Amino acid sequence: MPDQSGLEAIAEELRGADPASVLGTTHANGRAEIQIEPSANTAVLERLRDRGYSFLASLHGVDYYPHEPRLGVVYELLDMTEVDRISVKARVSTESPQIASVVSMWPGADFPEREVYDMFGVEFTGHPDLRRILMPEDYEGFPQRRDFPVGGEPVLFTYNERDGYGADR
Amino acid sequence: MSTVSDYRKREESITMSTESAGMGETHELLTLNFGPHHPATHGVLRLLVTLEGEILRDVKPIIGYVHTGIEKTAEDKSYWKVIPVVERMDYLSYYFNAMAYCGAVETLLGIEVPPRAQYLRVIHLELNRIMSHLVWLGTSALDLGAMSMFWYCFRERETILDLFEMSSGQRMHTRYFQIGGVIEDIPAGFAKKLQAFLDEMPSRADQYADLLEKNEILLSRLRDTCIVDQETLLGLGVTGPLLRAAGNPWDLRKAAPYSSYDHFDFKVPVGSVGDNYDRFRVRHAELYESVKIIQQALNGLPEGPHIVDDRKVALPPRHELATSMEALIHHFKLVTEGFRVPEGECYYAIEAPRGELGCFVRADGSAKPARVHMRDPSFINLQATAPMVKDAYIADFIATLAMVDPVLGGVDR
Repeated sequence: MPDQSGLEAIAEELRGADPASVLGTTHANGRAEIQIEPSANTAVLERLRDRGYSFLASLHGVDYYPHEPRLGVVYELLDMTEVDRISVKARVSTESPQIASVVSMWPGADFPEREVYDMFGVEFTGHPDLRRILMPEDYEGFPQRRDFPVGGEPVLFTYNERDGYGADR
Repeated sequence: MSTVSDYRKREESITMSTESAGMGETHELLTLNFGPHHPATHGVLRLLVTLEGEILRDVKPIIGYVHTGIEKTAEDKSYWKVIPVVERMDYLSYYFNAMAYCGAVETLLGIEVPPRAQYLRVIHLELNRIMSHLVWLGTSALDLGAMSMFWYCFRERETILDLFEMSSGQRMHTRYFQIGGVIEDIPAGFAKKLQAFLDEMPSRADQYADLLEKNEILLSRLRDTCIVDQETLLGLGVTGPLLRAAGNPWDLRKAAPYSSYDHFDFKVPVGSVGDNYDRFRVRHAELYESVKIIQQALNGLPEGPHIVDDRKVALPPRHELATSMEALIHHFKLVTEGFRVPEGECYYAIEAPRGELGCFVRADGSAKPARVHMRDPSFINLQATAPMVKDAYIADFIATLAMVDPVLGGVDR
């Protein structure tokens, strides 16, 4: 993790390339995070990748309900030579949850992006095969969103099997 | 995408055509389901394979059959009650799941784990690594036709499970790691039994090597099959033994030590070719290294508390409840509400048997986590199957799948 000033330097550098791309930085709990404009995600990630943070360790979604914009897409980047981590976060709203896919930069982002789409409904534009990955293909709703209830899933028995998913197939 | 007809339309995105092959009238590509219920998939994994004769042209993993929504369940439980559910993700490396989660919450709370607890954690983590590798070795050898290996591996695994039972009361999903340390100190007799295991294990690993490494069939099935270079693997996010087999010595225990791993002297086995044989050798060599780490941790086990002395986070000792009102209140508060964690986010990564296991926790100031996400190495590594087995024989595909070692509980969570 870069220290506070190192993180600011990286943020300044990113701002230098595109002043609107960086919204802020957080340095807490052993984690350096840059909040970015979702439309600038590929440009910022490319710049960080060229800076040495070349390994995409993790990509996951967060729901900040009730704060707006609600959905967060977090990229955990790793520099394997300097052994340094940096997080990049882009927030999108539930009304227009679009963000560019990074599969062309990291083929390994394929499954994680599908998972974020599946669980939060974030649409990754440019993803080659954006389908649900863990939930059934005909599932409705995005279960990891905070306003999605726990326990609302009906258990299928013989008496209600015709009401379940895929009964009309 | 919500209606069934849309679903059908999307299903067509899977290429079933026979045209692209251009093989004339006598040959065609065959697309068929492999799994979800097939012994060689090591779990409920469905693979859509496209075959040209015996050669694999494409493979698409279709997952989610054992998705249980653990990440969602975790949001509904107080912090310490999340430990049992996250342990059930990757059901072969439960100590690692608990470690990643506890580490993340400890970072958010700013807790320093006592040295004895760190060493006890290392002992159990490395025992778990051996156990996980033994299951991998036994089942992989079974896939390659070496039946007896399975029984030998499970014999040693049994000893480890007995040790887990001794220290925690359970054989699997032990809930031994707690936020701030471990639930109990190791009981009397544990060290002696562990020492007996440590004395025996290296010679057992030698025996495995004798059985497998001198087996012509096994060697010819593993050597020079399904090679993938490390650049491709890094792009795919692959870590752990698979990456090390390709020659990249990345190991979080060395690179970014946690839980006192920097106190121990051990080597990181690395492959040179990146074929299935290297993947096998790297994991096999890790058995010896784990034994070395446990031995050092056992010899140097520091005295002191096994859990942090913060009554707001860790349960008070049982005997205090009878005499101290304050202890009783703390106990009651912890068991009913749990403890609150200040707002913040943390990503805590450790080296699990299959690679980087990262736990992302978002705390919103309440007694329940607002988000728990596990970056499970099985999930990410599974993406590497397709590049590994493209244009390989279907028999090599079975061997490769065994060497990738995906645990479907971790893939689907």
